[in-house]
Amino acid sequence: MSLRIVVCVKYVPDATGDRHFAEDLTVDRDDVDGLLSELDEYAVEQALQIKEAADDAEITVLTVGPEDANDAIRKALSMGADKGVHVEDEDLHGTDAVGTSLVLAKAIEKTGYDLVVCGMASTDGTMGVLPAMLAERLGVPQVTQLSEVSVEGGPNGTVKGRRDGDTATEQLEASLPAVVSVTDQSGEARYPSFKGIMAAKKKPVEELELDDLDIDADEVGLEGAWTKVEDATERPARTAGTIVKDEGEGAKQLAEFLAGQKFI
Amino acid sequence: MAEVLVYVDHVDGSVRKPTLELLTLARRIGDPVAVSLGNGAADTAATLAEHGAVKVLTADAAEFADYLVAPKVDALQAAVESVSAAGSLAAVLLPSSAEGKEIGARLAIRIGSGIITDAVDLEAGDEGPVATQSVFAASYTTKSRITKGTPVITVKPNSAPVEPAAAAGAVEELAVTVADSSKGTKVVSRTPRESTGRPDLTEAAIVVSGGRGVNGAENFPVIEALADSLGAAVGASRAAVDAGWYPHTNQVGQTGKSVSPQLYIAAGISGAIQHRAGMQTSKTIVAINKDEEAPIFELVDYGVVGDLFNVVPALTDEVKTRKG
Ligand SMILES: Cc1cc2nc3c(=O)[nH]c(=O)nc-3n(C[C@H](O)[C@H](O)[C@H](O)COP(=O)(O)OP(=O)(O)OC[C@H]3O[C@@H](n4cnc5c(N)ncnc54)[C@H](O)[C@@H]3O)c2cc1C
Ligand SMILES: Cc1cc2nc3c(=O)[nH]c(=O)nc-3n(C[C@H](O)[C@H](O)[C@H](O)COP(=O)(O)OP(=O)(O)OC[C@H]3O[C@@H](n4cnc5c(N)ncnc54)[C@H](O)[C@@H]3O)c2cc1C
Repeated sequence: MSLRIVVCVKYVPDATGDRHFAEDLTVDRDDVDGLLSELDEYAVEQALQIKEAADDAEITVLTVGPEDANDAIRKALSMGADKGVHVEDEDLHGTDAVGTSLVLAKAIEKTGYDLVVCGMASTDGTMGVLPAMLAERLGVPQVTQLSEVSVEGGPNGTVKGRRDGDTATEQLEASLPAVVSVTDQSGEARYPSFKGIMAAKKKPVEELELDDLDIDADEVGLEGAWTKVEDATERPARTAGTIVKDEGEGAKQLAEFLAGQKFI
Repeated sequence: MAEVLVYVDHVDGSVRKPTLELLTLARRIGDPVAVSLGNGAADTAATLAEHGAVKVLTADAAEFADYLVAPKVDALQAAVESVSAAGSLAAVLLPSSAEGKEIGARLAIRIGSGIITDAVDLEAGDEGPVATQSVFAASYTTKSRITKGTPVITVKPNSAPVEPAAAAGAVEELAVTVADSSKGTKVVSRTPRESTGRPDLTEAAIVVSGGRGVNGAENFPVIEALADSLGAAVGASRAAVDAGWYPHTNQVGQTGKSVSPQLYIAAGISGAIQHRAGMQTSKTIVAINKDEEAPIFELVDYGVVGDLFNVVPALTDEVKTRKG
C-alpha cells in the first residue's frame, strides 16, 4: 500500500516586501508579492525525502488560501510533489487559526492520509500552532518541531524524529497516522529543476470549496472568527541613533554611551 | 473576582522567569491560579505565592515526561473545568515557548476557544482581555481580543516586570486522567541542554550577538568575553549558526529565539528582516559593523562603524575597567 503524505503549505506575502494591513485589518495581499512560505519548503523537502526512502508513496500538497495561492502549490509540485488540493472560498477571507485548522483538518480527511507534514510556523502569522491543532482535530499523534525526521514501515509504520526544545533535545516516536512539523534545521530545500517545472504543469490540482468540506460559512471568515483584531498601528520608526566611525576611540565612545544609559 | 489560569514553566520545581511575568499580567485581569505539572510541581508553590498566585494546582505523573504535549493538555483542560465549575474563568495564560503555544493551541480546540499567541502586553477590557502583538517583524503593533470561549493567550518573555505580590498560594492536587489518545507520541530519550553558566537568552537583560562578521567558531570567544563582562547572554545570527560557529539554541530571529532585552548588541550582523523579527522590540540597540550601509544601523540607538575585532575587545576592556 502506498504511503499517503499530505504536506500543508501556506501562501504568504513576501517578508522582504512592505507588508501591511488592509482596511478590515486583515493582511493586505494585493500590494505585496506572495510566495510559498519559505519555512514550508522545508516541509516539502522532508516529504520528498520520506517518499524517496519509502517503497511506495504519494505526496499531496494542500493549501487554504486565495486564488494566487495556487502559485504555492505549483512551486511544491515543481519540487516533486505529485498532486495538489486548493481550498478556496470567498467566505474564508479573514479566517483565524482555529478556523483554518478546521478547514485543513476536513480537507486532509477528505484527501486521505497516513502522514501530514507541516512547516514549523508561517512567515506571516508566525503562530506555530496549526500542526498541534491538526493533531488535536484529527485525533492522531503530534510529532512536531523536528530537526530530523524519518518514517519506517510504510502506511502502518512509525515516524521518528528529533525535537530540539528550549531546555532539552528529545527523541520522539509515534505510530502512523500522525502529524509532523519540521524546522529550518531539517535540511536545505531543493530547487525545482527545469524538468520539474515542466512536469508540474501537468500535475492535477483539485479545487475545493467550503461546501465540498461540509463547512458552514459562519464557522470561518472574519465573522466566524474566534479572535478579533481591533487595532493595527504602524510602529513609529525608531528615532535615528548616534553613529560614530571607529578611529581608535570607537570602543571608548560606546562605553561612554553604555555608562550614560547605566548599563555599566 | 474571576480567576485566571497561569500555566507554570519550571525545571524540576524551579520556576522560570516568564511565568512570574505572566503572574504580573494575570493580576490585571483576575485572581491568578497557577497550574504546575510534572516532577517538582509542588516545589513551585512558594515562589508562585510570592508573586500573586492565590492557588497552585499541582499534578505529577510519569506521563507528563514520557509523552509529548498532549498529557499536559489533559491536565490544563481538567484545571479549566474545575475552575469554571467553581466560579468564573477569565483567561488561560501560557508562556510563548514552542511547547507553551502547542499546549495552548490544543486546549483552545478542546474547549472551543480562540487563541492569541506572542502577546507582548495584556490589559483588562470590557469585553475580555486585550492583547497587544508586535507583528510583521515588529513593524506593526496590533490589539486583539478573543470573541469565543475562554481566552487562551500565550505571552512572550520580557513582556511585563516581575512583581512581588504575596498571596495565599494554597496548594491543591489536580485530579488528572491522561487519556490513552494522549499517549501517542513517546519521548524515547531526553538530553538536557548543558548549562553555559550564562543567563538564558530569552530572559537576559542584556544580549550580545555575533554574526557572519565573527568569521569562525574560533572567534566567538571575542563575543563571549564582552557578554561575560556585561553579565549578558550570547546570541548569534542564522548565518553564524548555519556555518556551525555557534549552537542553534542561541540563534536570534524568526526561526530562533525572540528576545526583548534592555540592551541588544549586534556585532558583525547586517540586520536582515528575519533577524530583526527576533530582536526589534529590544529597548536599546547597539551595533558594531564595518559597513556603514548595513541595515542594522537603521535600528540602532548607538552604532560604531568599525572592525569588530578592534572594537569588541577594546569595549570589553573598557567595561571591565569601569566595573573595577
Ligand atoms: C500578523 C498576524 C497575526 C495573527 N495572529 C493571530 C492570532 O493571534 N490568533 C489567530 O487565531 N489568528 C491569527 N492570525 C491569523 C492566522 O495567521 C491564520 O489564520 C493562519 O491561517 C494560521 O496561523 P499561522 O499562519 O500563524 O500558522 P502557523 O501555525 O504558524 O503555521 C504552521 C504550519 O501550518 C501550515 N499552514 C498554516 N496555514 C496554512 C494554510 N492556510 N494552508 C495550508 N497550510 C497552512 C503550514 O504547514 C505552516 O508551516 C494572525 C495573522 C497574521 C498575519
Ligand atoms: C525563512 C527564513 C528564516 C530566517 N530566520 C533567521 C533567524 O531566525 N535569524 C537570523 O539571524 N537570520 C535568519 N534568516 C537569515 C537572514 O535572512 C540573513 O541571511 C541572516 O540574518 C544574515 O546573518 P548575518 O547578518 O550574520 O550575515 P550577513 O548578512 O552576511 O552580514 C554580516 C555582516 O557583518 C559585517 N562584518 C563582516 N566582517 C566584519 C568585521 N570584521 N567587523 C564588523 N562587521 C563585519 C558585514 O558588513 C555584514 O553587514 C532567515 C532567512 C529565511 C529565509
